[in-house]
Amino acid sequence: MSDNAISNESSIQERSTLSWLDDKLQQSWKFLLLLIPYAWLLIFFLAPFILVLKVSMAEPAYARPPYTPLWEWAEDGYLTITLIFENFSYLWEDELYYETYLNSVVIAFNSTIMCLLIGYPIAYGIVRSSTSVRNILLLLIILPFWTSFLLRVYAWMGILGQGGELNDILIFLGILDEPHQFLYTQFAVYVGIVYSYLPFMILPLYASLEKLDMTLNEAAADLGAKPITTFLTVTLPLSIPGIVAGSMLVFIPATGEYVIPDLLGGGNVAMIGRQLFNEFGANKDWPVASAVAIALLILLVVPMMIYQHYQAKETEAA
Amino acid sequence: MPLDTKIEDRPWLDSSIEPFIKIQNVTKKFGAFTAVDRIDLNVYQGELFSLLGGSGCGKTTLLRMLAGFEEVTSGHIFIDGQDMAGIPPYERPVNMMFQSYALFPHMTVEKNVAYGLKRDGVPKLEIASRVTEILDMVELGQFASRKPHQLSGGQRQRVALARALVKKPKLLLLDEPLGALDKRLREQTQFELMDLQEQLGITFMVVTHDQEEAMTLSTRIAVMDQGDIIQIGTPTEIYEYPESRFTAGFIGNVNMFEGRVTNNSADHVTVQGTDGTEFYIDHGQNVKEGQKVWVAVRPEKLVINKDAVAAGPNQLLGTVDDIGYMGNHSIYRVKLASGRIVQTTAQNIVRPKDAEWAVDWDDKVTLTWEPSATVLLTK
Ligand SMILES: Nc1ncnc2c1ncn2[C@@H]1O[C@H](COP(=O)(O)OP(=O)(O)OP(=O)(O)O)[C@@H](O)[C@H]1O
Ligand SMILES: [Mg+2]
Repeated sequence: MSDNAISNESSIQERSTLSWLDDKLQQSWKFLLLLIPYAWLLIFFLAPFILVLKVSMAEPAYARPPYTPLWEWAEDGYLTITLIFENFSYLWEDELYYETYLNSVVIAFNSTIMCLLIGYPIAYGIVRSSTSVRNILLLLIILPFWTSFLLRVYAWMGILGQGGELNDILIFLGILDEPHQFLYTQFAVYVGIVYSYLPFMILPLYASLEKLDMTLNEAAADLGAKPITTFLTVTLPLSIPGIVAGSMLVFIPATGEYVIPDLLGGGNVAMIGRQLFNEFGANKDWPVASAVAIALLILLVVPMMIYQHYQAKETEAA
Repeated sequence: MPLDTKIEDRPWLDSSIEPFIKIQNVTKKFGAFTAVDRIDLNVYQGELFSLLGGSGCGKTTLLRMLAGFEEVTSGHIFIDGQDMAGIPPYERPVNMMFQSYALFPHMTVEKNVAYGLKRDGVPKLEIASRVTEILDMVELGQFASRKPHQLSGGQRQRVALARALVKKPKLLLLDEPLGALDKRLREQTQFELMDLQEQLGITFMVVTHDQEEAMTLSTRIAVMDQGDIIQIGTPTEIYEYPESRFTAGFIGNVNMFEGRVTNNSADHVTVQGTDGTEFYIDHGQNVKEGQKVWVAVRPEKLVINKDAVAAGPNQLLGTVDDIGYMGNHSIYRVKLASGRIVQTTAQNIVRPKDAEWAVDWDDKVTLTWEPSATVLLTK
């Protein structure tokens, strides 16, 4: 009787040992699967980031690379680490940087709003068109990507220039008497950014609008909602994920944009991307350039976290 | 005709009453395809009217034309005396419960139900009380703050119903309202619907392809086929007095015999079946002698006789081929000399095996039926 009880107990223990092993195995599998994205992040994001962070806390030097090392083994065998926060305080103190950051964010923000205002009706129109037309329209949206981005910006230089097509048309229509300076103005930068980033707004908007069930619109109309009310109470709220995704895809790269302010804005539009390039190139001040980059990153992490928060909420709801 | 309701429950028989919905010669074409073909239909205030028909026969299209989502190609629709031509869905006194429910996924149950009232500018306090009232009615009070994806299929269906009902429309259109429910819940909801309809006095128009559902729910049924209305009538009329083989075959089971008219008198018609069976119909009908006709007899009208029966019309001789025991009744499949199978049902008033006279496999039997139970069809 008691023997039996004991053997029973031991077999239970055996089984639990087995299941414990099983659990461990499963855990290590999970661990491995999780490891891959983390390794990716480590190699391609965190390591370069630390490198840049390191440079941002050094001092410029006539050397190769052109900055002082962060740590040195002193003769007496002690490790000395020299962290210089001056580069950051420099950014903070110099009004130029502060204004450039602000200007970048303002331009990126306004461009995002413009892309949204232009892109939403386009995406909505594409969703509402018949399947055959829809594919052609989508192709047209993606088509510009088949030519180089740089080439397209150069083309805009031609269009916006003194003897360019825009002036020609406005003079032909009698709106202008003589050529107007469009190129190398804030206007030109806006045109360039909105033009270049519009597809990044349209595509996520299209994706989220396309998922919407059209019978929801019918249900709203059936319950007494006029078309505009239906849009505001049903279509718009349900397309918020697309709006957020599109806005992030425009805002984040537009803030750090270098080519467009450089080519279309000339020296007249201060954006942080150009500043960064100047520090690296003309001034050869790698530490300050790195500090500029780190500050930009911190600036962009905030909207990214908002985006993440939204996504998490979305997946939670679904 | 022996009808089972009082005259005031049958407004369609009273020509002084104006129909609530008048559908006049309505056609709907999608390109070259005619989905609804010159339909005429009157529905009266307070009716629970069913559209019954096979898949793709145009039921949803007809409903969508009433709701205003589809424009009529030709013809007219009047609701409550008002011509609906050019009136958008949001201005029609009609609410629809969609086949897919179409609940707003980003709104709670409460907000979904309140949506229509808000659009009408109903004061906030009144909205709150009406929403609570209707949610209690469909027994969803405790789910008010849930989102649709947190509900079961049956609960969603009730939200859709509440959302359409809360506006107290003059006409409620229901497109296969119970399609997604299991049999038990469906039967329960059928009675709930009928109660609601009586309580609120709203005119219901229900699309279904479930004939049992149509029989249970409706004051009248329109049987549709390929864009046409084949027959309109009360469930009893449709079942007992079908006007065509299509209706007879579509609703319930039926034994159909082909034959020719041998005698056509004022008070009876006789028909000789192609296999020689004599049929006797105890009322006159507009047919000619020699005309090709069909005789329809419902299975439950046939009586199984194990003993010999004196020769006469309306008799079929055969052997029992198969018995399906259904609990409350049994289905007998009797094979005639011609090889044809005729189906009949009988209530199991005693336990079949207990009775001496119980019918068994391979028994020789005679099937008989009342002359009045015979339906003569010409198309
Ligand atoms: N928008 C449309 N364009 C073209 N044809 C259509 C359209 N809507 C419906 N049809 C066609 O019209 C016919 C009737 O469709 P309808 O939806 O009214 O059928 P139904 O009777 O509701 O069928 P079910 O019982 O399957 O729901 C079908 O043959 C369908 O293919
Ligand atoms: Mg349908």
